[in-house]
Amino acid sequence: MSENNTRDQNENAGIPAPEGRSNLIDTDYVIGQDNVAGSALGLNVDLHGKVFTISALTVLLFVIATLALQNSVAPLFESLRVWLTSNLSWFFLAGANVFALLAVGLIFTPLGKVRLGGQEATPDFSNSGWFAMLFAAGMGIGLMYFGVSEPLSHFGSSMGGVAGDGGVRTDWAPLGAAANNPDAAMSLSMAATIFHWGLHPWAIYAVVALALALFSFNKGLPLTMRSVFYPILGERVWGWPGHVIDILAVFATLFGLATSLGLGAQQATSGLSHLFGVANNEVTMVVLIMGITIVALASVMLGVDKGVQRLSQLNMVLAGLLLGFVLLVGPTLLIVTGFFDNLVSYVTHLPALSNPFGREDANFSQGWTAFYWAWWISWSPFVGMFIARVSRGRTVREFLIAVLIIPTLISVLWMTALGGTALDQVVNQGLEGVAAASGDLQLFEMLGNLPLATITSLVAVVLVIVFFVTSSDSGSLVIDAITAGGKVDAPKPQRMFWAIIEGAIAIALLLGGGLVALQAMAVSVGFPFTVVLLVACYAIVKGLLDEPRGA
Amino acid sequence: MFKKILVPVDLAHVDALANALAAADDLAKHYGAEVCYLGVTPTTPTSVAATPAEYEKKLGEFADKQAHKHQQSVSAHAVASPDPVADLDDIVLKAIHEVNADLLVMATHLPRHLDAVIPAHGGKIATHTDISVFLVRQTQE
Repeated sequence: MSENNTRDQNENAGIPAPEGRSNLIDTDYVIGQDNVAGSALGLNVDLHGKVFTISALTVLLFVIATLALQNSVAPLFESLRVWLTSNLSWFFLAGANVFALLAVGLIFTPLGKVRLGGQEATPDFSNSGWFAMLFAAGMGIGLMYFGVSEPLSHFGSSMGGVAGDGGVRTDWAPLGAAANNPDAAMSLSMAATIFHWGLHPWAIYAVVALALALFSFNKGLPLTMRSVFYPILGERVWGWPGHVIDILAVFATLFGLATSLGLGAQQATSGLSHLFGVANNEVTMVVLIMGITIVALASVMLGVDKGVQRLSQLNMVLAGLLLGFVLLVGPTLLIVTGFFDNLVSYVTHLPALSNPFGREDANFSQGWTAFYWAWWISWSPFVGMFIARVSRGRTVREFLIAVLIIPTLISVLWMTALGGTALDQVVNQGLEGVAAASGDLQLFEMLGNLPLATITSLVAVVLVIVFFVTSSDSGSLVIDAITAGGKVDAPKPQRMFWAIIEGAIAIALLLGGGLVALQAMAVSVGFPFTVVLLVACYAIVKGLLDEPRGA
Repeated sequence: MFKKILVPVDLAHVDALANALAAADDLAKHYGAEVCYLGVTPTTPTSVAATPAEYEKKLGEFADKQAHKHQQSVSAHAVASPDPVADLDDIVLKAIHEVNADLLVMATHLPRHLDAVIPAHGGKIATHTDISVFLVRQTQE
């Protein structure tokens, strides 16, 4: 018997209203008031009329345009991306610094005591389940790809030293490079890699997630991007300004997911063909995407608790096994000492790497850092909203430590283990194959130099695939909530619709070309969202200030 | 024969529950049983309530209103879930044990093809519980 929940009629009269536990915003808007609900073709639907219709139509239009006019559209998106990341790199870098400073700063202020969902809220998920979901949604897949290839790439360019052409640097090395100095180049390349996978990306997610969680769980606004703008736009967020923000969020999420799904299928296929000689062609990729989509569909139907959470936990176990294996079988001592060395190297290089102005290393700061920041930011509506949804009942401090500090430390360990082992193979063992392989295969080449290569590579392929399933299912839940006007309890067929659409777009773009073009498009969405995130920073501080704080 | 009747309610669509509510009340009168209203809410704000606490209060008020109308003993059981659409069946099954109900009276829709893929909650619950289940359909217009 749960005494807390079951009350008989007489006791109900004396229950105080929930006000005072958290500070609800008083608005006339009723969640779902602009929704179209009904039963079409035997399917129940409950959708935000404008947001759903316009996003669905524009997405369709974009896919058709990209496929039909590939030769003119691809260069257009590509030049848009290059223009944004080169001319506005300072804006991305400066913005990310603001997010990181705010997120780290909040941990140490009394505002960290505010609890998401009000002072008496209790967490919906266990710590392990919660953390697994944060991590799998946040960056799981990228770690598989870049864990080996990015340190190698920075190492190579750093060893090459600074090259110039009329005062403009043509090399891709971070900062001042480290010509022909393997130790310094290793340290610099690890610092640069960790920089891209450390505090800054997680701060970007944390800002979006915290703002959404705060305005939804504590202020009573719907769980959708527009709610973050309430402190600035007031009641106008329920009109067109809000529609535009939500449509943009759907856009970024869908294209970000579809392009990653397509590019990831390419990586998984080259992995499979490297391992088992499976044909590395479009048929394999399409079958793979369909398989991923079917598993994602099942997971989406099972919901957050039984679907996404369990898959994320499976991921954590597999990733932990792979990490543990590399740690034990690889250069153990080097990895253990490297963890601390790289952490120090990261911290000491951090000010220079994050400096937005007057950078000499234009190729690195624009081509790598600004691109990464734009990519993380375009993912932030999706990851942020998902993190927000599963974080009710946590205090702001708990939340920030789990979203910011722990993932950063894990990234350091992961990069040190995988990247460090690869660098060790190249520098100390003279195994050039790892460095020479294509980005898709570097992970498998590195594992190939260790014992039990077939088993570990298989685990790696499975990890890549399961990470995609968790991205796809959590993404569908997020898009469904946004297009249902913030309702998380809209009919099931809607979330299935989005999961299928993601797979379909990925397949269409894979076959018709245009994945890279749409990735450029998704990155371009990162620019307007940097502005959204800056607003979110303001909203967080303002929103937290008038929340009751725990003792 | 029955001592406690569990009636899942959706506060956002009370009008669609009329038949189930009436059936539960009649059965309760006949057997002298208590009616327990089960409400499931997302942890995020909804059109009904901004917080799970507010939802619990509204469910209590709903139960009170039913009690006044039908002059019988009622109770309310509110559950908050991060993903109620997916977890509803499990929540109802758990609630049956928690409130010690011996009859479930539940509103359901007419059968349709999609049920093969996404089974209706009532039918699914009936296959997973040992108490009696009464599925009440809406009157066709």
